Amino acid sequence: MEQQVFGMPKAMKPEQTLYCPGCGHGVAHRLVAELVDEFGLRDRAIGIAPVGCSVFADKYWNFDVISAAHGRAPAVATGMKRGRPDSFVICYQGDGDLAAIGTAETIHAANRGEHFVTIFVNNAIYGMTGGQMAPTTLIGQPSQTCQLGRDAAMMGHPIRVCELIKDLPGVAFAARGSVDTPKNVLTVKKHIKKGFQNSIDGKGWSLIEIVSPCPTNWGMTPRKALTWLRENMLEHYELGVFRDCDAGNGGGA
Amino acid sequence: MNNKIRCAGFGGQGIVLMGKLLAQAGMMEDKHTTFFPQYGAAMRGGTANCNVIVSDDDVASPMVETPDVILIMNGPSLDKFEPVVKSGGWIFYNTSLIDREVERDDVQVVKVPANEIADEVGSTRSANMVMLGAVAEKLGVVKVDTLIKALDVTLHGKGEKLMNLNREAMKRGAALAA
Amino acid sequence: MSDRVLMKGNEAIGEAAVQAGCQCYFGYPITPQNELTAYMSKRMIEEGRVFIQSESEIAAINMCFGAAAVGMRTMTSSSGPGISLKQEGISYMAGAELPMFFVNVMRGGPGLGNIAPSQADYFQCTRGGGHGDYRTVVYAPSDVQELYDYTFLGFDTADRYRIPTMIAADGILGQMMEPLVLTEYKQPTDLPSKQPWQLGDPSTQEPIWMTSVHLGEGKLEAHNLKLQKKHDLIEANEVRYEETMLDDAEIVIVAYGTSARVAKAAMLKAREAGIKVGMFRPITLWPFPNPQLNALADRIDNFLTVEMSLGQMIEDVRLATCGKARIHLHGRTAGGVPVEDDIVDQLKKILASKGDEIIRNF
Repeated sequence: MEQQVFGMPKAMKPEQTLYCPGCGHGVAHRLVAELVDEFGLRDRAIGIAPVGCSVFADKYWNFDVISAAHGRAPAVATGMKRGRPDSFVICYQGDGDLAAIGTAETIHAANRGEHFVTIFVNNAIYGMTGGQMAPTTLIGQPSQTCQLGRDAAMMGHPIRVCELIKDLPGVAFAARGSVDTPKNVLTVKKHIKKGFQNSIDGKGWSLIEIVSPCPTNWGMTPRKALTWLRENMLEHYELGVFRDCDAGNGGGA
Repeated sequence: MNNKIRCAGFGGQGIVLMGKLLAQAGMMEDKHTTFFPQYGAAMRGGTANCNVIVSDDDVASPMVETPDVILIMNGPSLDKFEPVVKSGGWIFYNTSLIDREVERDDVQVVKVPANEIADEVGSTRSANMVMLGAVAEKLGVVKVDTLIKALDVTLHGKGEKLMNLNREAMKRGAALAA
Repeated sequence: MSDRVLMKGNEAIGEAAVQAGCQCYFGYPITPQNELTAYMSKRMIEEGRVFIQSESEIAAINMCFGAAAVGMRTMTSSSGPGISLKQEGISYMAGAELPMFFVNVMRGGPGLGNIAPSQADYFQCTRGGGHGDYRTVVYAPSDVQELYDYTFLGFDTADRYRIPTMIAADGILGQMMEPLVLTEYKQPTDLPSKQPWQLGDPSTQEPIWMTSVHLGEGKLEAHNLKLQKKHDLIEANEVRYEETMLDDAEIVIVAYGTSARVAKAAMLKAREAGIKVGMFRPITLWPFPNPQLNALADRIDNFLTVEMSLGQMIEDVRLATCGKARIHLHGRTAGGVPVEDDIVDQLKKILASKGDEIIRNF
C-alpha cells in the first residue's frame, strides 16, 4: 500500500518559479500555500502581490491574488478585509515595499489592528530593480545605490521592523524567522500559522518577518549567501517572537 | 426685490446660523433659496459672513456681489460691507456694538440694539435672533412666524430653554422694527 | 415642494451615497470637502457600513482599490491636492477595471494653493491626472439637487462599465446650502453582476488574478484596446448636457458647475438688454458633448467659455467645434468667481468685434 508523504500543496500552482537559484521567496510562498491548505482557506483567501520580485505571486499561488501599487498593500488589504470580513487576506511584501515607500500604510494598518497577516520578506536589498539600497540594508553593505557600502551618517540605519511596531496595541503577533536552515524554515511556518490563527480569530494584525537570501543582488553564490546571512543579517536582525497577544504584552525575543 | 442678503459679524455671533435660518424659512415658504458661507480656517473671534438669497423665482447665480440687504453685527463688518450694498438697499446694524452712523445717504438704515435686547431677554448670544426678527418684520423677506418654525428644524435637539430665549429674541426684534 | 430639505452640497453627496448603497467610504480631511467625510463618519457607521479616516489620501484610494476588488460599492472624496495623491490609485483601478465613485470639491491651485472655490482641476479630472491610457467619467453638477442625483448616477455608471467615475464640484457647490428633494434610489436592474470577477468570493471556482500589470509582449496593448472599446461605448451612450435659449442665439456661453450658474444669470441679464445669447452646459466633462457643440458651431459664430480656470475647458470647446467658430474665454482663477456684469460686457464686446479677433477676459 502506497501512501503519499510529500507533494505540491493545492494552494500552489504546478509551476516552476522564476526566482533566482537560492532565493528565499519560493520557500516563503510555499509555507503560505501549505498553511492555506491546512486551514482550508483556499476558496476565500486573497493574496496581495506587491511591487518587487514577488509581483507575479499569482503565477504560483492557486487562490485569488491582487497586485497592489508599491507600498500600498496594507491599505488594499484593509479595504478588502473591511469590505468582505469573511475573506482571508495575506499581505506579502518586501523590505522596500513595507519599510520604505509603504511605512505609513504598514504602521497605520498595524495600529488599527486590521485582521490580516503580513508576510515580510527582508533580504536587505531591492531585488527586482537590480540591487539598490533597501531600508534594511546593513551598515557597510554595498548596493547599486551605496556602492561604497551603507554609511549610517549619510543613509540612516537598517530598520528593525518587528522591534519598531511591536508596541502598537493593534499588533497581535510579531515575529522574525529565517529561511536559512530547515529548522528555521519550520519555525517560520510556526510563526505564520500563529498569524493565520490570529487572523481567523479576529485578534488583530500579525507580522511575520522572514530574513531571506538574495544571492544575485548580494553578488554571491547561493551557498555563500546563506553563510553571509547568518554571519551578518542575523547579527542585526535577531530571530524570535517580539509580540504575542496570547503570551501577555509581548512574547519576548 | 430685497432678496440678496449678507450677514456679517465676528465668529461666535451665530452669523452662519442667521443665514441658515433665513434659508430654512425661505424653503418652508416654498421659495427658492441658496445659502453660501464664507469658509476657511475655523476660528472663533475672526470675521464671519454668509450670503443668502430668498426668491420667488429660480436662483440662477448663488453669488452675491451687491447685496440688497446687509445684517451687520459688529463694527469691522460695517466698515467692510457698507460700501457694497446696492444703492437704495438696506443696512441693519447692531448699535450695541457699533457706535458710529452709517455714512452713505443712498441706503435705508435700521438701527438694532441687538445685544441690549438679547440681554434683556436673558442671553447675549441671542443677539443674532433679534436682528433676524427685525429684518423679517421690516422687509418681509420671510415671515417672523416662519423663522420661529425654522428654529425648530435648524436647532433641532437643543434645549427648550435656549429655544424659548431665541423665540423671544426674534419677537422682540420684530416688535422693534414694526 | 414641502418635502424638501435644506442641505449643504457636501452633505447632499454623502446622503446620496448612503442611499445608493455605498458600502465602503475611505477619506482624509481636506478643505473644502470636510463636511462630506464628517457626514460619512456618522451615517456609514449608523448603517453598519465601512468608514475609515485613512492615514493619507494615498492610503484612502488604495483602500478603495481593495474594497472595490472584493465587490463593494466604494467611494472616496477630496479636493485637488488630495486627488493628485489619489491619481496613482485611480490609474491602477482604471487598469484593473474596478468600479469606484469619487468626488473632487475643487479649490485653488497649483500647489497648496488656497481653499477658495475653483475649477482649475478640469485638466486633472478630464485628462486622467494619473499615468497611462485611461479615462474617468466626470460629472459636473451645478446645484445641490444635481450633486445628489449625479451621485446616484456616478455609482451606477461605475458599476455598469467597471470604471472609476467622479463628480467635479467646487468649493461653492460643496459649501452652499439649497433645498433638495431626497429622491429614493432605484438601482437599475441591468447592472452587470460582480460575481465573475470579485475576489474572496467562495462561490468562484477558479482563482482570479486582479491586476493592472501586463508585461508580456502585446498584452498591455490588447488590454488597453479592450478599455478603449468601453470608452467608445461610454462616449456613445453617456454624454449629458443642457441647452438653454439656443434657438435664436447669435452667441453661446459654454459653462459648467458654479460658472454655469453665474453664466445663466448673466445670460438672463443680457437677454433683457436685447442680446441674443444662449447657453450650453456640459454635464459630463468626459465624455465631452463634442457632436452637440460641433452642430451648434454650424449655425453660431461666437462661443464664450466661462470657467473658474484660465482656459482649460476652452480647449475641449475648440476641439469640439473644429475651427468653425470663434471661441472666446472668460476665465477667473484661484478663488475668483465670474461676475454677471463682466460677462454681459464681454458678450457686447464680442458681438461688436470683427474678423478673427478672440477676446479673452481674466
